[in-house]
Amino acid sequence: MDQFSSMFVLALNYATPIIIASLGGLYSERSGIVNIGIEGIMLVGAFVAAAFVPIFENQFGSATPWMAIFLATVAGGIYSLIHAYISIDLGGNQTVSGTALNMLSVGVTVYFCQIIFHQQRTQAFRNGFIKQTIPVLSDIPILGKLFFTRIYPTFFIALFIVFLTWFVVSKTRFGLRLRACGEHPSAVDSMGVSVRKIRYIGVILSGLLSGLAGGIMVLTQSTQFTAFSIHGVGFIAIAALIFGQWHPIGVLGAGFFFGFSQIFSIYSADFALLKSVPKEFFNMLPYLLTIIAILLFSRKSVGPKAAGQPYDISKR
Amino acid sequence: MKKTLRNNQLILSLIAVLASFFVAIIVMLLTRLNPLHFFVALIRTFSGYDILRGNFNPRYIGEFIQTSLPLILTGLSVGFAFRTGMFNIGAEGQVIMGSLGAVTVGILFDLPFYIHLPLAILAAAVFGALWAAIPGILKAKFGVHEVVVTIMLNYTALYFNAYILKLLPGSDNQKTVDIATSALLRSDFLRSITANSRMHWGFVVVIIAIIAFRFIIDRTTFGYELRAVGFNPSAAEYSGIKVQSRIVYAMIISGAFAGLAGAMLSLGTFDYGRVLYHFENYGFDGISVALLGGNTGLGILLSGVLFGILKSSQTMMQSLGIPLEIVNIVSGLIILFVAMQYGIQALLRRLSKRKEREDGSI
Repeated sequence: MDQFSSMFVLALNYATPIIIASLGGLYSERSGIVNIGIEGIMLVGAFVAAAFVPIFENQFGSATPWMAIFLATVAGGIYSLIHAYISIDLGGNQTVSGTALNMLSVGVTVYFCQIIFHQQRTQAFRNGFIKQTIPVLSDIPILGKLFFTRIYPTFFIALFIVFLTWFVVSKTRFGLRLRACGEHPSAVDSMGVSVRKIRYIGVILSGLLSGLAGGIMVLTQSTQFTAFSIHGVGFIAIAALIFGQWHPIGVLGAGFFFGFSQIFSIYSADFALLKSVPKEFFNMLPYLLTIIAILLFSRKSVGPKAAGQPYDISKR
Repeated sequence: MKKTLRNNQLILSLIAVLASFFVAIIVMLLTRLNPLHFFVALIRTFSGYDILRGNFNPRYIGEFIQTSLPLILTGLSVGFAFRTGMFNIGAEGQVIMGSLGAVTVGILFDLPFYIHLPLAILAAAVFGALWAAIPGILKAKFGVHEVVVTIMLNYTALYFNAYILKLLPGSDNQKTVDIATSALLRSDFLRSITANSRMHWGFVVVIIAIIAFRFIIDRTTFGYELRAVGFNPSAAEYSGIKVQSRIVYAMIISGAFAGLAGAMLSLGTFDYGRVLYHFENYGFDGISVALLGGNTGLGILLSGVLFGILKSSQTMMQSLGIPLEIVNIVSGLIILFVAMQYGIQALLRRLSKRKEREDGSI
């Protein structure tokens, strides 16, 4: 039981950035803009957070990681403006633009590592997030051990954003407009609502959340930033979005699932049954499952219909 | 009409490159570095001539050509898919699979070189082609968009390659044993004229690939059909072209180009298979190469050489005190400006259309 609960908590830790970045993708895709640059935005967020902590940790102590993820969020939002401008205002190819964000992020972040820290990584930090045991709640039988014992507080941020997103997307007027922009932008336009504005909000929200996810990831899973700090989690987040069928609760489930599949490779040596399976197979698992999921869902296409197409007012 | 389009592309590409260099200079100035060193490194990589010390070393020329070869091939790969209306982000994985094919044949077989080398190169093309056929088939049969599938297959290829390479006889956790000399592109002659660079016979493969690219696209009915599918799939279908099988074939050819890039790396640059757990970006750089080259054979050759110079100048940049990542910034910016270009072109077209309409209504 102890081993299972520690595995479970670790899986939640790995699931946290996947869920948050995936929700970012949800806002963008629901508004009709495909954002393949999540990986790059996460890298920028991770860099900002991991560069802030070692410089300021002596000054701000245990508050430093919280300030760092706030800055990571802002940085992600700003960085995503490039994608918003190219894909919304210029009507450029969204996949090309997202790819550009990914490629540029590697250069920019490590370049500034070299400028600030004179090495290809940030200086190691001491004050990342700390695992906490939550009083009272951790005494609940079973659940207390799984969710409230030695867990990073950032998991609850993810949980909160899931429910907030569910509420915003399915219960508010803004959510209705957001979804409409992704399905039928000309209908939104004909109601006198600006498609451009809604899509900008969608992309910026995806930038903010991806930046946050990157910051959380580096401050809970590493001790410093390198060019490989995100190692494909941004793409797993896109996979989780598809797996979760563009729905916040689905994304939560998919995030758990991919979180577990990531830690399998760490724990596989401990289980007699899994020992013989090479770790590369567990590494491949999330990606293969995503392809299978896309195939299963391909018959009933549920993704936003207008995602990927620039909105051209003259074609109305 | 076609001529002006081509000229337009050339001018737009030049603007993208100049704009990227301009931004990179600003970045260097803001971080108090001397941008002149950036250009010293570029010129030395390109010409072998060291402006600061006044000496000449042909090794740099051999190195940049050698670096350009896989980039031109991945550029052809992505460009071929683009011409048929598909976005092959999976060149990265196809390069890895191609390299795996070449390494496997190179290590497991013992043949005379005139069979072994062509067989290893062929294996690379076939492995890349088969890996690219997966997204092609999934798109043709199930209507699944190729972008997500190819991204997922990149990571699958990465881990699959690591797993298989470690299974080969004599491998350790970092690399395989040396590939049999009979399967290598290595050339002592080319090495000796370039002061012991890693220059190899792969350039012959690249030249053939460029000719094949141009021939298939411009001179065959098949190529015409592929382009028709790229322009407008519904119209192509209506005119009797089998759109679905064309999608699969296009991806197969695209993957074969990327697979050949893998052969350049494992049979040319390195003489052994490398167990890697991160990407080397040859496939992703291919996207920039193809876009900057306007998806034409000649354009891809030129932009591939440019990216080869940039990539191979990195070590020297670092030794001159400029972080080598400046090169990644430049290539990121180039693709960013190219993405903008498409937008700007579309914007111009829309404006001119609107103008026409307004003129017509008067």
